[in-house]
Amino acid sequence: MDFTKWADAYLEGSLSEEDRLKFESYCAANPEQYNLLETHRMFLEQLRGYGKRKLLKNQLQEISAHLSAPAIDHLSSVDEPPVISLWTRFKVNALVAASVAVLAVLTTLWATGYYSSVKDTSTQYSALRRDMNNIRRNVKAQNMAIRNMNSSTNKNGVYNSSHYSASGFALSPTNYIVTNYHVIRDADSVYVQNISGDSYRAKVIYQDPIYDLAVLQITDPSFKVQTNVPYAFKQGIADVGEDVFTYGFPRDEAVYGRGYLSSKTGYSGDTTSYQVSIDVNPGNSGGPLLDSKGNVIGIISGKQTQAEGAAFAIKSNYLLKSLSNIPADSLGGKFSLNRKNILNGMAQRDQIKKLENYIYMVKVY
Amino acid sequence: MNKGKEEFFADDQQLIHGLKQGSSETLDHLYRTYFPMVVKLIRDNSGTEEDAKDIFQDTVLVLYDRVRQPDFELTSKLKTYLYAVSRRLWLKQLNRNGRFNDDIADYEDALAIEEDLGIHEETDRQYYQMEEALMQLGEPCKSIITDFYIQNRSMQDICDKFGYTNADNAKNQKYKCLQRLKKLFFQISDDLAEG
Repeated sequence: MDFTKWADAYLEGSLSEEDRLKFESYCAANPEQYNLLETHRMFLEQLRGYGKRKLLKNQLQEISAHLSAPAIDHLSSVDEPPVISLWTRFKVNALVAASVAVLAVLTTLWATGYYSSVKDTSTQYSALRRDMNNIRRNVKAQNMAIRNMNSSTNKNGVYNSSHYSASGFALSPTNYIVTNYHVIRDADSVYVQNISGDSYRAKVIYQDPIYDLAVLQITDPSFKVQTNVPYAFKQGIADVGEDVFTYGFPRDEAVYGRGYLSSKTGYSGDTTSYQVSIDVNPGNSGGPLLDSKGNVIGIISGKQTQAEGAAFAIKSNYLLKSLSNIPADSLGGKFSLNRKNILNGMAQRDQIKKLENYIYMVKVY
Repeated sequence: MNKGKEEFFADDQQLIHGLKQGSSETLDHLYRTYFPMVVKLIRDNSGTEEDAKDIFQDTVLVLYDRVRQPDFELTSKLKTYLYAVSRRLWLKQLNRNGRFNDDIADYEDALAIEEDLGIHEETDRQYYQMEEALMQLGEPCKSIITDFYIQNRSMQDICDKFGYTNADNAKNQKYKCLQRLKKLFFQISDDLAEG
């Protein structure tokens, strides 16, 4: 019997006690043969291991073959509700969709000019020109048309169809009128109307968007020009606490308003204007701001929307500065600024009586 | 500390013991407890259920090979281990398909597992040799060897099944088969080493 056969039998444990001892002592005596035994033992082990693993693999295959698709779905969906699994599946799509939406919204806002108007809407400064009520005007016009139909006369009713109205006051000579730039901005034509209701056509001869100032000239030949105005223009800065008053056209009738100078700077620290505590309304823009002696110290231009009693008036010295910039050839004649104040010392109501003929309502079409 | 750890892993130890024996109950339990986790992992990473089945099967085999090493000791929760191995195997497969690029960070936490995968691959290779050798051995030798060494059937059964006149004849035949198998096995091993 050759050695491996012996070895095989030995490893199987099928040798008799006597043979086993014999074999062991033989192996101990021959290390080479012992190595053969070891190799054989390892080979057998490998064979057995292979067998076991193959069995295991078969078992695994059998189990996983029995796992049908619905069973897996059941298994894997136990730990999470459908909403979450939907979310995990469509997360990327949702994120992409959301970012596209955000981009689209921002682009639309940008394209429609939202961002350029943000500044306008966020400011609390409100220019005081009066916006004529379109609807009321249209209704009025219709009523008039109906009346005309019934009476079958074809009279052309005179009605107010201006887009904006504000105030203005005369320089000297009196056919020059100063008002705010924002009043006559985008104007097709400009008319001025005095306290007694006479209306004259005027043309804009100078505009200064920086100081928000404009100068009109009455071109109507029927207008009687006077050389002087009763009030003077203050050259310096007025003092805080000074009593001031204004006279303007917040409605179709002239309205007097009084108050006091509350600060030497205007809206958000604007040094070209005063803050005035005075009741003013849309339409007061361009009206004069006078101190108690009858000096023009400023021009009403606007107010702060979310603050009480904070109106703003452009300082008279900036008016003077601006007027001196007017090129001489754009003027028909020379005009000077009145320094002689005949209102000084008068009672307020007399001052107004003198003053009112030089205040105009500026109507812009 | 050790004692606490043992208690903590009591369930896992039982499972490992069962796995060593190849108990089908244990395998069932493994599938029921840990397979969903692997399905989810692979589905979330652009795989299918079929992929998950393959990966899980390999994962169990990796564990099996590791468990059969004499120096085996469970150092983490079984769940953690299985998850890590599955993940590693799936990443490897994705890599093979050229769909994923590994980064270094992945290697760092997978070093221990990498070793176990090495053992698994080595075992796989050896068993592939054995399979080849058995295939080349042909009938009836293949059946005799499988019956005796793998199914653990007695010599007498084999003798009856293959119609040998007595157990000694069968034994002789088995011995011859074994010798041939051994020869084939080492031949394939040499071929692989050369090839």
